Amino acid sequence: MTTTDYDPNVVLSTENDFKVVGTRPVRHDGVDKVTGRAIYGADYDASGLLHGKILRSPHAHAKIISIDTSKAEALDGVHAVVTAADFPEAADKIMELGEDETKLRDLRGNILARDKVLYVGHAIAGIAATNAHVAEEALSLIEVEFEVLPSVMTTDEAMADGAPILHEDQTTEELGDDSGVVSNVAKHFQHIKGDIAEGFKQADVIVEREYNTVTVHQGYIAPHNGTAFWSADGRLHIWCETQGSFVVRDSLADLLDMPVSMIRVTPTEIGGGFGGKIPIYVEPVAALLSKKTGTPVKIVMTRKETFEGSGPTPGSKIKIKVGATKEGKITAAHAWMAMEAGAYAGSPVGAAAQCVFAAYDLENGLIDGFDVVVNKPKTAAYRAPGSPNAAFGFEQALNELAEKLGMDPIDLRLKNVATEGTRRVDGPVFQRIGAKEVLESMREHAHYLSEKQEGSGRGVAIGFWFNIGFDSACNIALNKDGTVNLTEGSTDVGGSRTSIAMQAAEVLGISAEDVRPSVVDTDTIGFTAVTGGSRTTFATGWAAYEAAQDVKKQCITRAASIWDVDPDHLQMEDGIISSKTDSELKMTIKELAAQLSDTGGGITGRASVKPRGVGGSFCGNIVDLSIDQETGKITIDRFTAIQDAGKALHPSYVEGQMQGGSVQGIGWELNEEYFMSDEGKMNNTSLLDYRMPTALDLPMIDTVIVEVANPGHPFGVRGIGEANIVPPTPAIANAVYDSCGSRITQLPMSPGSILEALKS
Amino acid sequence: MSGIIVVTNNFVRDIKDNQGGSLLKWIDYQAPESVADAVKILADSDGKARPLAGGTDLIVQLRVKDPRVNAETVVDIKKIPELNQMDYDKSGGLTIGAAVPLHLIYNNPDVIKHFPAIIDSASLIGGTPIQGRATLGGNLCNGAPSGDSIPNLVAHKVIATVAGPNGIREIPVEDVCTGPRQTSIDSNELLVSLYFPNPGEGFGANYIRFIPRNEMDIAVAGAGVSVNISNGKFVDARVCLASVAPKPILVEGASKALVGQPVNDESIQNAAEAAREAASPISDMRGTAEYRKHLCEVLTRRALNTAIERAGGN
Repeated sequence: MTTTDYDPNVVLSTENDFKVVGTRPVRHDGVDKVTGRAIYGADYDASGLLHGKILRSPHAHAKIISIDTSKAEALDGVHAVVTAADFPEAADKIMELGEDETKLRDLRGNILARDKVLYVGHAIAGIAATNAHVAEEALSLIEVEFEVLPSVMTTDEAMADGAPILHEDQTTEELGDDSGVVSNVAKHFQHIKGDIAEGFKQADVIVEREYNTVTVHQGYIAPHNGTAFWSADGRLHIWCETQGSFVVRDSLADLLDMPVSMIRVTPTEIGGGFGGKIPIYVEPVAALLSKKTGTPVKIVMTRKETFEGSGPTPGSKIKIKVGATKEGKITAAHAWMAMEAGAYAGSPVGAAAQCVFAAYDLENGLIDGFDVVVNKPKTAAYRAPGSPNAAFGFEQALNELAEKLGMDPIDLRLKNVATEGTRRVDGPVFQRIGAKEVLESMREHAHYLSEKQEGSGRGVAIGFWFNIGFDSACNIALNKDGTVNLTEGSTDVGGSRTSIAMQAAEVLGISAEDVRPSVVDTDTIGFTAVTGGSRTTFATGWAAYEAAQDVKKQCITRAASIWDVDPDHLQMEDGIISSKTDSELKMTIKELAAQLSDTGGGITGRASVKPRGVGGSFCGNIVDLSIDQETGKITIDRFTAIQDAGKALHPSYVEGQMQGGSVQGIGWELNEEYFMSDEGKMNNTSLLDYRMPTALDLPMIDTVIVEVANPGHPFGVRGIGEANIVPPTPAIANAVYDSCGSRITQLPMSPGSILEALKS
Repeated sequence: MSGIIVVTNNFVRDIKDNQGGSLLKWIDYQAPESVADAVKILADSDGKARPLAGGTDLIVQLRVKDPRVNAETVVDIKKIPELNQMDYDKSGGLTIGAAVPLHLIYNNPDVIKHFPAIIDSASLIGGTPIQGRATLGGNLCNGAPSGDSIPNLVAHKVIATVAGPNGIREIPVEDVCTGPRQTSIDSNELLVSLYFPNPGEGFGANYIRFIPRNEMDIAVAGAGVSVNISNGKFVDARVCLASVAPKPILVEGASKALVGQPVNDESIQNAAEAAREAASPISDMRGTAEYRKHLCEVLTRRALNTAIERAGGN
């Protein structure tokens, strides 16, 4: 793709004529990454480095009766062994982890199990040894006595009467109040708008159905890793792949009961995250081992450990009831959603509730959400967490409704679409959003207007992610050649270094290449929240915008002092400082930069922001597929993704995010699943048997960027990283229905299950 | 000993660091240059030596400490001339040494001309880098029920030549695999080569497998078939299935359903149903037993149609 073929079909944002925003510069980290020079967490090395390994539970649910580490400690080459007993005791509290929050006690219990193991793969002890082979050998010498308990693997099992209880002290929070009832349901909440009973009375047509999804993993290519060095002066330094270096710092400070100022976290380059690298796993274990040994300790998970011991996204049960008049006006909708939190409370069902009906203006809506603990790994964020599960239900139900009404499924959606001023069932009132424009763009797309291939099925769906703001900081220093050094704290998972640099370049009137962006450690930049919630280009970009404004202001002030004029009479446009009144007075930023040292010293701009004007993003899919009638195998023949970017800062990155999210959604739909044994053990812990799609399984993902400017951002930016994973699951399910007449309500749609559906 | 590779498996000896700590676990590596030397090393190793051809299975098994691979010595067989031969002989038969990598097989003019169907398997196993190393001999001796070349070798009536302390013996390839990762080749024996006899007139063969993705997968089920067709009738036929039993299975009932019968949909369907009946798969993460049996029918039918087309029949 080149700059010339970028032609958004709906452009509402560009009142300003941008110079850098909307172009496609080469990414600043590109050369290092394609030549293999970029340093990732597992690449980290240091003199005297020890290698850590983690002993993990073979049982889905068991009491730990005793742990004897003496034989392991006695093995030649083993330097230290740690267990949960090595954590300092600290009072429990709620911890903000960016997109998630969790109890300190739960986080600590997940990192090293204390009294009970709650899933196969649950960490029990850590070992540091001369090399990874010795550490691995030593794991088998740790003797753990278990009392195995019955386990629960699904929301159905966990919510059943008399179900085995994971946490004896967990009582259900029922509609905001502690019910006092001990159960696996951590929380039941409701959002209510209008009166659904009344709404369903007005309905001419009602669709009611249940949908089930299973646990899937983000599948980032680099397993979790971390190196810790606890130095003699009590300072702890961590090098790791994380989506939030400050989350790692703050979590460690709470877990280890030490001030944040004693911890420095250096984020390395990151081999994918998709939300899964927000929580911490191995870093505290490495820290405890380093404290005992006085040397740096590195721990790198295997792929099996990553599947079993990090956070996937949950299996879920979704019940949808939706009714409409015969004209297609939705009169009421009810979503009942239960999601597996994994071993500790905190499933994405809350986020799912914010998304399930978001695209529609509903008079009467009810959302029931259940956060349910089960004997599986604690779930973590995964790209629009919860929203794809919810959409798999509601967006299928809408197509079923459209069929019953004899309406085009896009027309049904447009008839009910949410717009500026719509109040969501869960409360918030939308500012300017692009749901309508996305749907209109789908309806007019050549793909949707084309004839289907013979035998193929077509499906459509749309999805939503609300996006977040949160804290970001940025410093910009002007170099004497007129370039700038930009430092920020957002781990760059998806090209954010460049999209942030571009916003500074736009303000300063210089090229993107004249900005040198660096992602720096927690000692070097102000507090910056996680790279997550599609916030980074929006919020850290805003910090860069403000810091660049600061530089701009100082440039004008300096020029005024050089020329001895009133700064109010000066302006800076396109990198040139000039007088509004005297055309002789003119200087480029490069000319000014060369004189800085002689005219009062350097210029550094800075900003810390917490922007509020977050704009949610909608994404729609049109999918054509065909089914091998004899084997049930699905081939995706054509796939179009259409998303509102607000303003596409770097269109290639937007397209890349849309394609990436689409591919993950396709994988989720077709073959990905945690294939669990009866004992609660995952059987397919390799990328061979955990079947994410390969390049050979996918068509070209066509993208259309819609631009409905976000009024809450200086350049109209909306986060675009997540909404694109939401529509694939229902769109493909709708296409399967179109192809074979069967409603698939259980994921994944593996060939065997499709064949069953074809038979029935 | 000409070299050493490091693995993390059962150790032969410890290497101590300067604090007396145990460092690495070692496995002996030997690279004999004759069949006789290789057999001697194997015979002297008390069952704890494994031949190493491409190593694309063996090295992985050693790394993950597969308990079925109890090796203290690996014997690299790539330096033995007989194991690298590719000879098309006057009788119209082809000998492929046990250490010949797949890329040399599918690029060989005699293979392309006389045994093109073996390319179905040779080009299917692994990706291009794996095909630079992996061998048909290794795929056979690994003995996986899902081995993608084994049904094809069986369909081609391949004879395995095996050297041992008591000399050379020949085994029909369908008798090599005896169970999951178990073969009739003894731990003191070495597979030297595979002999593809002249397939005769009107011959066509095909191997296909079913995988949920289009690459990077293990067969849920696979079917290797061959036919000889004369005057519109099957004069010989073989169907061998992968991934649906503890070992690849030669379906006698399919041969019976075809031989002597006219080439038509009915005889093909009868053979496909015989394949379905012969399969005794397990249910696992790759597919249910019922689904795999169904696939045997579908794959056999599809492979037979391709083989017939290749035979120039119908």
